[in-house]
Amino acid sequence: MKREDVDVAVLRIEGTNCEEESYLAFKRLGANAEKVHLKQLLSKDVLEDEERSLDGYDILMIPGGFSAGDYIRAGAIFGARTKSALGEELKNFVETGKPVLGVCNGFQILVEMGLLPAVDKTISQVPKAALETNDSNRFECRPTLLKVEDNSNCVFTRGYKEHEIVLYPSAHKEGKFVLDESISLEELEKNDQIVFRYTAPDGGEPEYPWNPNGSLDNIAGICNPEGNVLGLMPHPERVFDPYTNPDWTRKGLKENRGDGKTLFKSVLEYVEDNF
Amino acid sequence: MVVAEVKIELKKGVADPEGMNTKKTLKLLGWDVDKVETGKLFEIDLGDNISKEEAKKEVEEMCKKLLANPVIQTYDISIID
Repeated sequence: MKREDVDVAVLRIEGTNCEEESYLAFKRLGANAEKVHLKQLLSKDVLEDEERSLDGYDILMIPGGFSAGDYIRAGAIFGARTKSALGEELKNFVETGKPVLGVCNGFQILVEMGLLPAVDKTISQVPKAALETNDSNRFECRPTLLKVEDNSNCVFTRGYKEHEIVLYPSAHKEGKFVLDESISLEELEKNDQIVFRYTAPDGGEPEYPWNPNGSLDNIAGICNPEGNVLGLMPHPERVFDPYTNPDWTRKGLKENRGDGKTLFKSVLEYVEDNF
Repeated sequence: MVVAEVKIELKKGVADPEGMNTKKTLKLLGWDVDKVETGKLFEIDLGDNISKEEAKKEVEEMCKKLLANPVIQTYDISIID
């Protein structure tokens, strides 16, 4: 498939607020990206020419924000609405190997829907993990450093070097990743599902605030065992350009690449090669 | 009319930073407090055409599909009206 034929849906509902930069990340790499409201996929309360089908897309991204005001729990309402109406379609989408990306609120939504960690099936009936309130009980908003833990399995991180340290900004109040008792950390590790961990600048143990939320084993992002569904709390789309990295004046602009650009490039290359 | 009250609480052992912070503030205001736990309360009116038993079952489904995340939360349903 050619780059310009890769159709990307950036899915939103009321309260989503990172759709613009997420859409631009794909668009500026030459993909055919579109911001799509959930109602358009449900063909409900929309004009006929606005109706869309999930099948028509090659990549699904759920961007960050405060969908439905974070009522009940962050991501719970977006997750429940999507799952009840599109559960089967979503399952097929994932099982055909098409990539799904959830950033920040999007990660919370993927977990609420049971699309992550998805250890034994594509989509679990009830959530098997949670993104709890940060230990600090505060909205943590600052640059965070992440170690790329795995680049063999996850289709979003193939362009990074293994154990490369990247800077993505974090901005969340509910980002402390915890697992259900039925799933062990070893299981996630064995399946190569841990993709990003928070790290200190020297690559060592990240004390707060380098781990901004108290996440289990410093986990910042995980994928499904197949590697085509990725969820992470920090925002790669906010460091697409080198000059949105906070240290660009010191590092210079020699390479036209922010730390997050490689993630979007990797997944587009995966789709070009495999579909 | 059948009204259900749903209490969502954090499971034992799950960190409750909001409760800890509230406790700290209450102590700063001079109260001697050992522990504060926070939760959420939903009052759901299911109308007239449902029995209390059916209502309880329906609300249990609501908890599983939306109101609680079983990884960190428990729910408690009582029919109050």
